Amino acid sequence: MSEKKKMAKSDASPASKETPPSATPKMKGDKVKVFYGEKQALMDVDLDIKPNEVTALIGPSGCGKSTFLRCLNRMNDVIDICRVEGKITLDDEDIYDSTLDPVQLRARVGMVFQKPNPFPKSIYDNIAYGPRIHGTAQSKADIDEIVETSLTKAGLFGEVKDRLLEPGTGLSGGQQQRLCIARAIAVNPEVILMDEPCSALDPIATAKIEELIDELRENYTIVIVTHSMQQAARVSQRTAFFHLGELVEVGDTEQIFTNPNDSRTQGYITGRFG
Amino acid sequence: MNSFFLILVVIGLSVAGYAVGRARSVFAAAGDVRILHSLPSYYGMFVALGCGLPAILLLAIWLIIQPQIVDHMVMSGLDPSIMPQNADAYSLMLTDIRNLSSGNATSREASPAIVAATERYLALQSIGFWSMVVGVVCIAMLGLAWARSQISRNFRARNAVEKIIRALLIVCSMIAILTTVGIVLSLIFESIRFFARVPFFDFLFGIHWSPQTAIRAEQVGASGSFGAVPLFAGTMLITLIAMLVAGPIGLLSAIYMAEYANPKFRGIAKPMLEVLAGIPTVVYGFFAALTVAPMIRGWGEGVGLDVSSESALAAGLVMGIMIIPFVSSLSDDVINSVPQSLRDGSYGLGATKSETIRHVIIPAALPGIVGAFLLAVSRAIGETMIVVMAAGLASNLTANPFEAVTTVTVQIVTLLVGDQEFDSAKTLAAFALGLVLFFVTLGLNVVALRVVRKYREKYD
Repeated sequence: MSEKKKMAKSDASPASKETPPSATPKMKGDKVKVFYGEKQALMDVDLDIKPNEVTALIGPSGCGKSTFLRCLNRMNDVIDICRVEGKITLDDEDIYDSTLDPVQLRARVGMVFQKPNPFPKSIYDNIAYGPRIHGTAQSKADIDEIVETSLTKAGLFGEVKDRLLEPGTGLSGGQQQRLCIARAIAVNPEVILMDEPCSALDPIATAKIEELIDELRENYTIVIVTHSMQQAARVSQRTAFFHLGELVEVGDTEQIFTNPNDSRTQGYITGRFG
Repeated sequence: MNSFFLILVVIGLSVAGYAVGRARSVFAAAGDVRILHSLPSYYGMFVALGCGLPAILLLAIWLIIQPQIVDHMVMSGLDPSIMPQNADAYSLMLTDIRNLSSGNATSREASPAIVAATERYLALQSIGFWSMVVGVVCIAMLGLAWARSQISRNFRARNAVEKIIRALLIVCSMIAILTTVGIVLSLIFESIRFFARVPFFDFLFGIHWSPQTAIRAEQVGASGSFGAVPLFAGTMLITLIAMLVAGPIGLLSAIYMAEYANPKFRGIAKPMLEVLAGIPTVVYGFFAALTVAPMIRGWGEGVGLDVSSESALAAGLVMGIMIIPFVSSLSDDVINSVPQSLRDGSYGLGATKSETIRHVIIPAALPGIVGAFLLAVSRAIGETMIVVMAAGLASNLTANPFEAVTTVTVQIVTLLVGDQEFDSAKTLAAFALGLVLFFVTLGLNVVALRVVRKYREKYD
């Protein structure tokens, strides 16, 4: 069980990261229920997302963690049969309020997907897409600047600065995913949601993305869904464990991985099921 | 008895061969079919094919070759004194002999030499037929016996049948390809004959089309000029009008179907739109000629325009309606095949639905949409019935959609309708026009398919 050892070793790192002790939650889920048609996928989930932290959502497949993530920027609206109940707030504002425009919300709560999905456009246009539709950049110089800073923040600028006008689909998988992160950053969101961002990547690309997530924490609030418990342990400060549509346990990552309260959490992280 | 019954006999033998092969294999296995290499039905199939295929092949070849040999033997057996001197007289005499042999009246009273030749012809034909019957049945029997002798416990009948079936499939696909090649070659050769009479550049760049050739030397009104530019211009004008109708309507309805419509509406509307493609073009044709054209003329008069009762606009509009399904159905398919992840990516950045469609989905689907448009254009160029009825025959060189124009396809129809002599420049002009049409639509189809394929590779 060499993986276990690695995990134990990386368990130490989140502890060294200081988190603001008395931060009010950036986002707050209150009795969130989600239905796909008749089937209930989430049962009364109460979960706070604290600012400038990485919150990891873990759990076996089909446990509802991705569903919860997609509730946070109303991506579930795209699915016809999906129905959300309960209350989710962003800075104390109900995001399911009828006066709130989901399109505006998604500009504040960005998303990075499981599979890198660059648009079939140039690298430059991929990044410029968000700023252009939101009108945040007026001149070409503004957009140039946004493209450069976003790519720099995503750690990609050095690799692609000579081929900004080439198609984004021509990059490697890891580069594509960092391009997608840069694309999300370019809109200047407050929260970034990541749905298994490394599951389609090799270990080296994964390491780069994890490093990037850790850097982004300084400016953004991040929620990440992952199947890799090592990854959750490495990148997150708080971890929430979902099982069968229920939020079983949430707490500091260190506590969840070393001293879980619930026996199901214990079973999952030690590999007894899931 | 004729060749048809012979085919039935061969089929009967094959069926018998199937039973024989099956029984033989079961016998070879001493009743335990599990020790055979293949299932007994494969052995039966093998014998049936071994019996039937060579026999049918021989029959086909015989039927092609026999008449030629018989003709040659009859003609060469003629008395040298009445032997025809040139090719025309030769074929005339041969026709006489054939007509006489089948009991029809001939154009002239038959001379004794011809009557003798006819008897000879009938005798030879009967000999030929009976030797064919014997030959085919013998080959079928031999094939059956040979295939049966092959059967043993370890004979791989399954693999052998597989190979034969593969060969059959290849032959079938070759028939389609060879037919196409044949059509193209005939177009090319007839066109070469045409260009021997009318200079190539006069045809391609001439601006006057009046394909009346004189039958008698002193005939008036038979200028016989073959400048095809008015036809090309007319075709392009109508195609342009049709695409102006079908392009936007087809694309926008495809976008609605693929992105906005709920599944229930889509399930009803899409098949209904595709029904448009199933309406016979001749129905569109009289719709265009009897309804749309007078309506446009009426409107034109209302606003003081001089509209001819057969206008390019009427034909183009109706043709546009006809090709809407081509554009919308193909565009709908390519829009649907744009991965959902791209939509999610765009929505995730805070884009609205129409922004996503304009900036992400259409660009991603563009190659496929271009392909759909090109296919629709080639369909519009080749369309005949609507323009025959609604666009008229006058070869005006004009860009005015209210005037009557004519198209390449319409002229081909008018050149070949009715009794024609097949060696006048007038008739041959149809082949030259057909050749041009063929190359244009072929080019468009090749480009369109390439574009579509390139697009497919990108997302699979």
